[in-house]
Amino acid sequence: MSFDSTTLQRIASLARLDVPADQLASLGAEMSAILVLVDQLQGVDTKGVAPLAHPLSAVSEMALRLRPDEACAEINREANMQNAPMTENGLFLVPRVLD
Amino acid sequence: MFSSLAMRTITDFSRALAAKQVSAVELATDVLAKATAAKGLNAFLHVDADLTLAEARAADKHIAAGVTSKPLLGVPIAHKDIFVTRGWRSTAGSKMLANYVSPFDATVVERLRAAGTVCVGKLNCDEFAMGSSNENSAFGPVQNPWDTGRIPGGSSGGSAAAVAAGIVPATTGTDTGGSLRQPAAMTGITAIKPTYGRVSRYGMIAFASSLDQGGPMAHTAEDCALVLDAMAGFDERDSTSLDSEKAKVSIWQGFSAQIASKPRPNGEFAGLRIGVPEEFFTEGLSADVSTRVTEAIDTFKKHGATVVDISLPRTALAIPAYYVIAPAEASSNLSRFDGIRFGHRAAHYADLNDMIATSRAEGFGREVQRRILTGTYVLSHGYYDAYYLQAQRVRRLIAQDFQTAFKSCDFIMGPVAPTTAWKIGEKSSDPVAMYLEDIFTLGVSLAGLPGMSVPCGFDHQKLPVGLQIIGNYFEEPAMLAAAHRYQQLTDWHLQIPGGGK
Amino acid sequence: MTWEIVIGIETHVQLATRSKIFSSASTAFGAPPNTQASVVDLALPGTLPVMNKQAVEFAIKFGLAVNDGQTHNIARRSIFARKNYFYPDLPKGYQISQFELPVVTGGFVDIQVGEGDTATTKRINLTRAHLEEDAGKSLHEGLETPGVSGIDLNRAGTPLLEIVSEPEMRSAAEAVAYAKALHGIVTWIGICDGNMQEGSFRCDANVSVRKPGEPLGTRCEIKNVNSFRFLERAINYEVRRQIELIEDGGKVIQQTRLYDADRDETRAMRSKEDAMDYRYFPDPDLLPLAINETQIETTRGLMLRDGVIDVPGSTRQQLIDAYDLSVYDAQLLTQSRAFATCFFAAYNSSGEQAKLCANWINGDLASQLNRDGIELADSPVNGDQLGRLVKRIADGTLSSKMAKEVFGYMWAGEHGGDADAIIEARGLKQVTDTGAIEKIIDDVLAKNEKSVAEFKSGKEKAIQALIGQVMKASQGKANPGQVNELLRKKLAE
Repeated sequence: MSFDSTTLQRIASLARLDVPADQLASLGAEMSAILVLVDQLQGVDTKGVAPLAHPLSAVSEMALRLRPDEACAEINREANMQNAPMTENGLFLVPRVLD
Repeated sequence: MFSSLAMRTITDFSRALAAKQVSAVELATDVLAKATAAKGLNAFLHVDADLTLAEARAADKHIAAGVTSKPLLGVPIAHKDIFVTRGWRSTAGSKMLANYVSPFDATVVERLRAAGTVCVGKLNCDEFAMGSSNENSAFGPVQNPWDTGRIPGGSSGGSAAAVAAGIVPATTGTDTGGSLRQPAAMTGITAIKPTYGRVSRYGMIAFASSLDQGGPMAHTAEDCALVLDAMAGFDERDSTSLDSEKAKVSIWQGFSAQIASKPRPNGEFAGLRIGVPEEFFTEGLSADVSTRVTEAIDTFKKHGATVVDISLPRTALAIPAYYVIAPAEASSNLSRFDGIRFGHRAAHYADLNDMIATSRAEGFGREVQRRILTGTYVLSHGYYDAYYLQAQRVRRLIAQDFQTAFKSCDFIMGPVAPTTAWKIGEKSSDPVAMYLEDIFTLGVSLAGLPGMSVPCGFDHQKLPVGLQIIGNYFEEPAMLAAAHRYQQLTDWHLQIPGGGK
Repeated sequence: MTWEIVIGIETHVQLATRSKIFSSASTAFGAPPNTQASVVDLALPGTLPVMNKQAVEFAIKFGLAVNDGQTHNIARRSIFARKNYFYPDLPKGYQISQFELPVVTGGFVDIQVGEGDTATTKRINLTRAHLEEDAGKSLHEGLETPGVSGIDLNRAGTPLLEIVSEPEMRSAAEAVAYAKALHGIVTWIGICDGNMQEGSFRCDANVSVRKPGEPLGTRCEIKNVNSFRFLERAINYEVRRQIELIEDGGKVIQQTRLYDADRDETRAMRSKEDAMDYRYFPDPDLLPLAINETQIETTRGLMLRDGVIDVPGSTRQQLIDAYDLSVYDAQLLTQSRAFATCFFAAYNSSGEQAKLCANWINGDLASQLNRDGIELADSPVNGDQLGRLVKRIADGTLSSKMAKEVFGYMWAGEHGGDADAIIEARGLKQVTDTGAIEKIIDDVLAKNEKSVAEFKSGKEKAIQALIGQVMKASQGKANPGQVNELLRKKLAE
């Protein structure tokens, strides 16, 4: 499976990564090489094998721990927003959102 | 004036502090000076003497008050810049977070501070921990103290170099596919990646959530046990943090019990069964590494251990499985970097979408972009089953292979990496060639098992070689104890770059 | 040939937890921007989600409530998945939701179709209900900086239960009936405050049209509907639009449309035009959600104890069967727990006047609440007080007209809302003394010879004028039934 520039552009758009036109070819070639590597999975017989999403579930099924419903987070808006590129009156600012 | 130049281990540092030969402030000042002197290594990204000395002063107060509950009181350490810290910037080696200041500390940072350590600064790493050479840092590569023209391994390259160069006795690192073990091997130090879930991921900037584990790097297994004991433990802020009975057993107590001297008439390692997988000794393995690792296993054998031939038949398949799962999780984990709440925002853009896409393109380096694209692709419509689900199925098979192997052995031993440290720039043009270097460490990560790297000699160029010790879940105390006893029989871990001991 | 309308509804129900679904920030509404967004809600690097236990219990409650208390539709193991897309109010770049294995599968909601005594019951099946987190809000007004939107993440991470119905509704009226019934259930069992203005209960409608017997047509999803009235209007608009489009030879395109209440129309959303590829996968930060039998049985026990397992469906049936009320009345009385509780209180203090109580609650009380824009819980007249008023109608003390007057005084708080005290103080007793009424009638007949003559010549209507005169002379206190009867008797003499 090769990573043609249409595929690359579609995936880059999904991933919200701007790929400059002059890099499409080289990045596409690198992606194709990676796909050759991961395509080695296709021949493996995994019939009847359940996917393993969490490593420790390999031994025994793990279950989610739940938190009591207590509102206790300390919120320091100033500290939390100190890294924001653009703010106004406690709001994060972005170029105008449509709809 | 006091100099810690001759001091290597935490024990060295602790003894000097306990004997009042040196105060924590004096020690911190000295370590900061060493870090400055070693600037060329590019191991440290952020150093702030005020912050460090404030922690040292607090440690001195505790020492003066006779506090004994803090096992690492006054000991200088440094954190991989993947762990967020309130004072020092937290960049994950990325331009995206070049000026990022976290409003909270990572659990690991909190715990090590509570144990009395003094933080000297933040350490360079591959961007978002993605890499095996530390060349993917936005802030430049790290040099290997054994040969400054070579890579220190990655992604915890700065953490490895800072210990190997003798700046600090211990550092923190993270391991997603080998990022603690491989740089430890390449710089001749000891490191352990614990069982998945032992060390809280809260405050670790995420790469691949189901694989990421924090762990210590130090010269000795004993120091690793000390630091890991302080780092590990249940954290309610991490849903994958373990609170089982097995996880509650103290690593240090388990380690201490294991190393307690008792008569071993049939040899130091009598009764220990070591599994050696044939798949770890194939043509891709360099001759020097093969020889050193075999010699190390022979040392165990000479002292009573039994060596068992085992098979991990899907060793090579761990590479494609890992390079599907890790990028898939990463592509999603890194979506929060959109230039809105924090991180790099492009100066010029047409609209909202363009702002996000341009900021991400400018903020992320090439390797990170490749992994985001790979991950997005394997999760996208029509490919999910063939790549992501198939990789997770292979992952289960790999985990089962390890369980089968552990029926006939206590530990699995082999090389950490196929080669010793390569030259900076040598492999950076071929991402896939770099991925193949991870072949011996990926399976352990996919299965969530604990894995160690222990120094076991040098190649013909005097570059360090690491022995990998893989244990079953929660076997860290026994692994650390075995490594410690090996280190009582050898002195590879005490070698210093530039000659001498 | 007529068109068949096919509607399915997706409802986002905000769960009434104290803290958020994956963080311990408060869910309270209306705080200054970003003061209730924790580091987890802001998705700051290094943060991780931890699941709220209460949200799980609420999901279990819902599962039990829409399945007659049976437990088989509650998943013993469900999976949180990441739904990946970029949007400025979605801080992580993905929403934690459930995809392949939701917490509830199946169940049903019974709705009433038609009005009054001809109403019938229709069962709407549920596809699923799953837990997920809400997003934040984008604000476009009131900013000093030009050309920007502001992002407030206070709402980000608020727990939602998304409830998806089968496409089984065939009109806007059915869709509204379904939405109201569902609203009744979630407020009844106490998992949602039901406040639609604040967005606690939001409906998206999937609408398509087809010729009967044909396969399903292409559907459009209507978003942004925040009242039952708008839901009905939006669907009606969309149905008209689709039919006109097809009849003009066009084709419906599958898209998300926004309802604009000011213009009463739907329009395509610009930002959702791209075909979305959400790249769902299990969230590696969260293990599978396990729900065991003990948890389910404990929750069921609590619901039984609190009487909430007695969901609207079964209480409604009880009102029809045991209280002999119409389907229509029963439906209105079970629109919320407050209404049902009010009815039972009124019934008890009225001397078991079920029909009269229902009429008063669904009629005068409901319209008065509506006029004043208040909830039943805040009503100045409670069920017990209303029942005591009804009692005085039943025993003939008050005519219905007089009762309305008394109700007005009760609403204003006179005499602590006590009907008897008001009747006493204002002298509002109905005159039922035959002698007294006959005397008035004699008077009226003497003064209205023309009307009497008309009536006797066969003009039936003329009696109305006479009754009116009698009532007027009695200052409205004479019993109208009695007046009618006595008057006819006299005229026949």
